[in-house]
Amino acid sequence: MIYLQLFFEFFKIGLFAIGGGLVTVPFLFDLSEAYDWFTVKELTDMIAIAESTPGPIGVNMATYAGFNAAGILGGIIATIGLVTPSVIVIIMICRLMNKYQCNRRVHTVLEGIRPAVMALIIFAGVELAKMALIDLSHGIVFAILFASIRFYKKSPVFYLGLSAIIGVVFKL
Amino acid sequence: MRNLKDLFVLFCKIGLFTFGGGYAMLPLLKDELVNKRRILTEEELLDIYAIGQCTPGIIAVNTATFIGYRRAGNKGAIASTIGMILPSLLIITLIALVLKQYMYNSYVSYAFAGIRVGVIALIASVVIDLWQKNIRSYANGTIFVIALALLGIFNFSAVWVIIVAALCSLIIGEFFKK
Repeated sequence: MIYLQLFFEFFKIGLFAIGGGLVTVPFLFDLSEAYDWFTVKELTDMIAIAESTPGPIGVNMATYAGFNAAGILGGIIATIGLVTPSVIVIIMICRLMNKYQCNRRVHTVLEGIRPAVMALIIFAGVELAKMALIDLSHGIVFAILFASIRFYKKSPVFYLGLSAIIGVVFKL
Repeated sequence: MRNLKDLFVLFCKIGLFTFGGGYAMLPLLKDELVNKRRILTEEELLDIYAIGQCTPGIIAVNTATFIGYRRAGNKGAIASTIGMILPSLLIITLIALVLKQYMYNSYVSYAFAGIRVGVIALIASVVIDLWQKNIRSYANGTIFVIALALLGIFNFSAVWVIIVAALCSLIIGEFFKK
């Protein structure tokens, strides 16, 4: 029963992949060896497409891999398998947090974690920048976009649209 | 926005405009939840990110589930998660079915190159906003520097960075502040 197999394999990935979406890649690599759902070559295509389409990369990967293995229903089932552990674990954590919200130590810990999350965000941003700001022209577009974001405060969606147009017009 | 349809629509929108993983959705979340709807503070948004990082699963999905649960319980968690994954399901299925060749079209790749630059500019701007509120004391500054060193020099994973930061702040809280 391929649908059940898909659900459980992606459930496992959802349960053990801690961190960003690309963490799912090594797991998918194992899948490509264990089943004949997709080849390693197809996996590289999937990564490229998952990274350059909207949506979380991990979810995109699950949809694509599931589709490759068993069509449209396969894509849906693999994706549901991937997110089910998240939903269960996060709901449990929320309940715990509601219970201990007023605890002084919990407060201290959360306050200390925030600067660490800032470091994680900056670090991830720099990694992304290394891939995107490949030459001077990209750097100039970045500077102009950044200045207008600080200055005009329009919605992020507006700037994403604008940056796509800039990309096409100037052939970035 | 306690209502399920609102949560679903909000996360559909975020799923549709998140290019490149959990961190890329931060500017969108801040704009919608902190600036426009005022249902989260910047501090709470960072807490949610910390939890999303240390728990199993995709950060973006964890964040959606978390916010959905806080707003409307179990049903809210499910409505937000479905909203978050629906654009991916539709777009990827469409690409796999018919559009595969367009992904290699040069105009499409120019547009994505532009979007990648835009995402970084948006993240940089959010970092500045968050910085002003969250790195104010020496204790916080110290934890920030330690976390950056662990990531950049010692290649720690996100989970360990957050665990170390939690321990540091417990120690500072117990022994240095009273």
